[in-house]
Amino acid sequence: MAELLQYLLSGVTVGAVYALVALGFTLIYNASDVVNFAQGEFVMLGGMISFFAWQAGIPLPLAAILAIIATASVGVLLNKLAIEPARGAPVASLIIITIGASIFLRGGAQLVFDKQLHRFPSFSGDDPIRILGATILPQSLWVIAGAVAIFLSLWLFFAHTLTGKAVLATANNRIAASLVGINPNHMMTLSFAVSAAIGALAGVLVTPITLTSYDLGVAIALKGFAAAMLGGMGIPAGALAGGLLLGLIEAFTAGYVSSVYKDAVAFVVILAVLFAMPQGLFGRKAMDRV
Amino acid sequence: MLSVEGLRSRYGRIEVLHGVDLEVGSGEIVTVVGANGAGKTTLLRCISGVQPTSGGAIIFRGEALKSIPAHRRVGLGLSHSPEGRLIFTNLTVEENLRLGAYLFADERVERDMADSFTMFPILKEKRNLPAGGLSGGQQQMLAIGRALMARPACLLLDEPSMGLAPILVAQILDVVKTLKSLGVTVLLVEQNAYAALQIADRGYVMETGRIVFSGAAGELIADPRIREAYLGI
Ligand SMILES: Nc1ncnc2c1ncn2[C@@H]1O[C@H](COP(=O)(O)OP(=O)(O)OP(=O)(O)O)[C@@H](O)[C@H]1O
Ligand SMILES: [Mg+2]
Repeated sequence: MAELLQYLLSGVTVGAVYALVALGFTLIYNASDVVNFAQGEFVMLGGMISFFAWQAGIPLPLAAILAIIATASVGVLLNKLAIEPARGAPVASLIIITIGASIFLRGGAQLVFDKQLHRFPSFSGDDPIRILGATILPQSLWVIAGAVAIFLSLWLFFAHTLTGKAVLATANNRIAASLVGINPNHMMTLSFAVSAAIGALAGVLVTPITLTSYDLGVAIALKGFAAAMLGGMGIPAGALAGGLLLGLIEAFTAGYVSSVYKDAVAFVVILAVLFAMPQGLFGRKAMDRV
Repeated sequence: MLSVEGLRSRYGRIEVLHGVDLEVGSGEIVTVVGANGAGKTTLLRCISGVQPTSGGAIIFRGEALKSIPAHRRVGLGLSHSPEGRLIFTNLTVEENLRLGAYLFADERVERDMADSFTMFPILKEKRNLPAGGLSGGQQQMLAIGRALMARPACLLLDEPSMGLAPILVAQILDVVKTLKSLGVTVLLVEQNAYAALQIADRGYVMETGRIVFSGAAGELIADPRIREAYLGI
């Protein structure tokens, strides 16, 4: 029982990170139909920039905010310099551009920072909290709270603000959006900025637990992508559910089968979703997206 | 109010507007009629800015529109209810209307929304439903309502009667006449040429990317050549 609960808690923690990354995928996918494979690099930049700013003597909360703003700027630049000029190119080309951007960002991080693993202190200490015989780190609670807070903010933004509706409208029909006075490029820029900021936040929250290094983006992007696919690409609630589910499957695989197979889970999930239910768990029929 | 001079436009290498001249005076209803594929839709898309032009000029209230992107033309008083309606299917009816007034955040938005509901009561009934679930005619009303929410000085209407039952066609054309009485200038594209000419002040007949006839609506209706070729009477 305690064992089960333990796997559950660690699954939810990892799942919350995947959910954040999947939300980042979802935002950009909705705005542009592009699956942004540089999403993992946003997570990496969040952790790395925070660490180096903190090491340079900036208080951690300030360093984290700085990292999030800097990463959001990188997201905006990615859109302005790479995606927007290629507007009209086939979606497959745009996706390849994001893969190129991810390689570029990884190389850049290696040059500007270094190739070491880094960690900064947990926000509320490292004493595990006991729950019914299982334990959870205080930092895990931060991660989970972060995912919930972001999900709720996004929901409020899309359900209750005119700008949020404008983003949805642009995703639905770019031409119609411009006919009512929305600048579609602004909405794209906004989506990239928010998506990058969410990725960076995930990086900041998770670094005390998993550490960070310049090359962490590839693996995390894969997991986030699997989570987004599982929940149905482009559906925020699906990203949340897909992330948590993937985290739980991983944790239970590691616990009951072997931790060797843990990282294979994301691959299996991607393949299973592609073959069995391309729309994901929460997917609408293909028609709705047209 | 609006003048189009020698307008050319192409899809890829194929030119479909070969120098169109057209004039819309303030407060007028002007209609452009013509067969399938004549270029009517392309003309409106050029005016609202969602279709690139390759020659000529569009002047709206004294301002050349050439370098003004579509999303900024709305703010100048030019609003377009496009062919195919292009409503936001993922949003509710009310959200679609609200986005029509995207540029505004004053009390008039509520009033205009109430006016849209008075004009099209069915939209009020369905205000909280996803717009994608509306019937074709209801979507057409929504597209017109959304375009009106932008407070246009000049409204571009592309085939507002498309796919509508005859009784609704009459209702929509009545709405267009009402708009005129409210001081809105209307450029109306219609396949239903006879109905359009009946409510219009002036008309243009378009054929494969060129204007071939123009004149007062009454004269066009009376012209035997036009009666035979375009009105089917
Ligand atoms: N997206 C497009 N790509 C290529 N050619 C197009 C496109 N849209 C229209 N055309 C062509 O441009 C010409 C003019 O089309 P347009 O839609 O402007 O005509 P229309 O007068 O509005 O016709 P309809 O009465 O059928 O709506 C047609 O020959 C059409 O085939
Ligand atoms: Mg047309």
